[in-house]
Amino acid sequence: MNDVAPIIEIANLSKAFGLRPALQGLDLQIMRGESVVLLGQNGSGKSTLLRLLAGLSKPTAGIIRIGGWEMPKEAMAVRAQIGLVAHQPLLYDNLSARENLEFFGRLYGMAAAERESRMAELLDRVALRRRADSLVRDFSRGMQQRLSIARALLHEPDVLLFDEPYTGLDQAAVELLDELLGSARQRGRTVIVSTHQLERAPALAARAIVLSRGRISFDGAIEGQTSGELGALVNLDAAFA
Amino acid sequence: MPRLLRVLTGVAILGFALTFYLGFFVAGRDIEQGEIQRIFYIHMPAFFGAFTAFGATVLGGVIYLWRKSDIWDKIALAGVEVGLAFALVNLVTGAIWARPIWNTWWTWDPRLTSAAIMALTYAAYLMLRAGIEDPNRKRAFMSVYGILAFVSVLTTLFIIRVVPETIHPVIVGASPQNAQGSFEATSGVITALVPSLLLWLTLMPITLIWHRVRLENRIEAVRRLKLSVLSE
Amino acid sequence: MSTGFPSAVLAIVRKDLRAELRSRDVISVTAMFALLSILVFSFALELDKVAREEAVSGVLWVTLVYASILGFNRSLALESDRGVLDGLLLAPISRSAIFLGKLLGNFAFTLIVLVVILPLMHVLYNKPLLSGWLIVTAVIGIFGFCAIGTLLATMTVQTRAREALLPIALLPVALPLLLTAVRATNGILRDTEWQVWLQILCGIGVIYFVMCWLLYGYVLEE
Repeated sequence: MNDVAPIIEIANLSKAFGLRPALQGLDLQIMRGESVVLLGQNGSGKSTLLRLLAGLSKPTAGIIRIGGWEMPKEAMAVRAQIGLVAHQPLLYDNLSARENLEFFGRLYGMAAAERESRMAELLDRVALRRRADSLVRDFSRGMQQRLSIARALLHEPDVLLFDEPYTGLDQAAVELLDELLGSARQRGRTVIVSTHQLERAPALAARAIVLSRGRISFDGAIEGQTSGELGALVNLDAAFA
Repeated sequence: MPRLLRVLTGVAILGFALTFYLGFFVAGRDIEQGEIQRIFYIHMPAFFGAFTAFGATVLGGVIYLWRKSDIWDKIALAGVEVGLAFALVNLVTGAIWARPIWNTWWTWDPRLTSAAIMALTYAAYLMLRAGIEDPNRKRAFMSVYGILAFVSVLTTLFIIRVVPETIHPVIVGASPQNAQGSFEATSGVITALVPSLLLWLTLMPITLIWHRVRLENRIEAVRRLKLSVLSE
Repeated sequence: MSTGFPSAVLAIVRKDLRAELRSRDVISVTAMFALLSILVFSFALELDKVAREEAVSGVLWVTLVYASILGFNRSLALESDRGVLDGLLLAPISRSAIFLGKLLGNFAFTLIVLVVILPLMHVLYNKPLLSGWLIVTAVIGIFGFCAIGTLLATMTVQTRAREALLPIALLPVALPLLLTAVRATNGILRDTEWQVWLQILCGIGVIYFVMCWLLYGYVLEE
C-alpha cells in the first residue's frame, strides 16, 4: 500500500438491537479508492454495517469516521459524500424516473443546470433514457434497481455502498451493474459491495471482509481464490458451531 | 434490595397507615356530606401521585433521548404504569363519591372527561409500546410519546380554571360557580389532607417506580438468559 | 456541506403535491370520507333539528379530524412503503426540513378537505359557516392538528399495526387542541365569547408545533 489516507475508519464499532447484538467490536480501515466486498451469511451484520456507514443508523458504541468527519455527530457533512444502493429501491412509485432524480438532486442541493446535465448523463448510463418519463411503479425490478443506482450516483459521492445489489436482477442488469461498478472504481471512488453470492466476490474487489455473527472473521486479499476456498471462509463459523 | 429502597418502602407503608388513621379518626365528620367525604383524602392525593409518576415519564423520556441509556426508558415505562394505577384510583374513588353526592357514578363534566382521557392517553402509551418491534426505535418513540402525553395531565389540572361550567369542586382557591359538593377546608381536613398529599406526591410513586424498574431489570435478565440458552 | 433549509422543504412539498396531483391517493380518500361523514351525521341527527344545529361545530371538527387521520396515514405510508424514508434520511438535509415539508403537504391536503366541506355544511346544516373568523379558527386548528399528526404518523407507520395505531395515539394527545377549536367555533356560530378561545387555540397550536419540531428528529433514527 502507498501512503493514501484511509477514507473510512472504524474503531470498536458495536450495534445492538435490544439484547440482540448485530455487530460486536469491529475495527476496520478502508483506503480512498479501495474496493471491498463484504461477505457473510444472512444475519451476519452486513446490512447493519452498511446502514451505519450511510448514517441511517446510530452505533451503540464505537467510532466511525468517514473522510475525517465523525459519525453520527458530523453526519450532515458525511451524507453528501455517500451514495447507498439498498435492498429497497428508495424511489417514489408515483413519480417518473426523471422526477425522482430531480427530487433527490434538489435534496442534495444541486443547481438546476448541473442537475439537468447529470440526470441526462446518468439516465443514459443506466439505459433508462427512453423510459425517463414513465412512472417508477411500471418499472421491472431490474429497471428500478438501475434507477436506484442512478439515484445513488447523482451527487457524485466519494463512497459508494451497495447492499446485495445482485438480488433479483436479470442478466442484462447484472452486466450493467458490473460495468457501473468498474467505472466507479476507475474514477477513484471507494466502493463497498455486500453479497452472499461468493462466486461474484473475486470479480468485485481484491479485498474481502467476511462477517460472521457480527464480528470480522476474515479481512484480506482474495485474488486467485476459488469460490470453494471463499466458501470455507464464510462457513468457518458454521463449521465450529 | 438496596437499603434505601427498603427504608423507603417501610416509611411508605407506615405513612399510608398513618394517613388512613388521620383520615378516619382525626379529621371530623363533614357536616353536609357525612362519612363519604373522607374518600377525598385518597381521591385528590392519588391524582397528584399520578402527576408525579407521569412527570417521571417526561423526565425519563427527555434524558433517554439525550443520553440514550436504557435505565431512563425503564423509569419512563415504570412512571406510566404507576401513574396509570394512581389515575384509576383517582377515577374510581371519584365515582364512589359522586354516587351519593351528585346522584350518579359518572357525568360528562369537563374535568371528569379530561381525567378519563388522561388515563386513556397512557393506556395508548402501553398499546403503542407493544406495537413497536425494534427495541431502539421503541425506546425513542415512547420517549417522544411520553413527553407529548403529559399535555393531557396539564389539561386535566388546568381545565377547571379555563372551562367555567364544570361541577367539580375545587378545594384550593375559589370553587367554580356551578361546583356541587364543595366542603369547607377546616383544620381537621387540612391535618388529614396535607400528610396524605405529601405521601402520594413523593414517597408512593418514587418507591413504586423504583420497584418497577428493578422488576424490569429482572425481566430483562430472564430474557437475556433465555437468549443465551437458545443460541447455544 | 448541507442543502439549504428552504429549498429542502420546498423540494419535499413540491414532490408530495406532484405525486398527489397524479394519483390523487390522499385527496380522493379523505374528501370522500369527509362528504360521507357529513351526510351520515346529518341523517343521524335529523330526528332532532335542534340537536343538529347545536352539534354543527362538533360535526365539523370530528369530520376534519378523522379525514385528516386517513390522510396522514396515506401520506406517510408513501414514504415508508418502499423505504423511501431512508432516501430522505440519506440526503444532507436537516430533519426539521423533513418535518416541515411533510407538515406543509398534510396541511395543504386537509385545507382542501376544508374547502370541500365548509360550503356543503353551510347549506346542509343551515348555519353561517363561511364567516371570516370561523375560517381563521379552522385553519389554525388544522395547522396544529397537522403538526402533531405528522409527528405521530411518522412514528406509527414504522410500527407493526400501522394505520390502526395512529388514531389511538393521536386523539388523546390532540384533545386540548380540538376542545378549544370546537369551543371557538361554537362561540363564533352562537355569537358568544370566542376571542379568548381563539387565543388559547393559537397558544396551544404554537406549543404543539414547537414540541413536534423539536422531537421530530428522534422518531426518524434507528
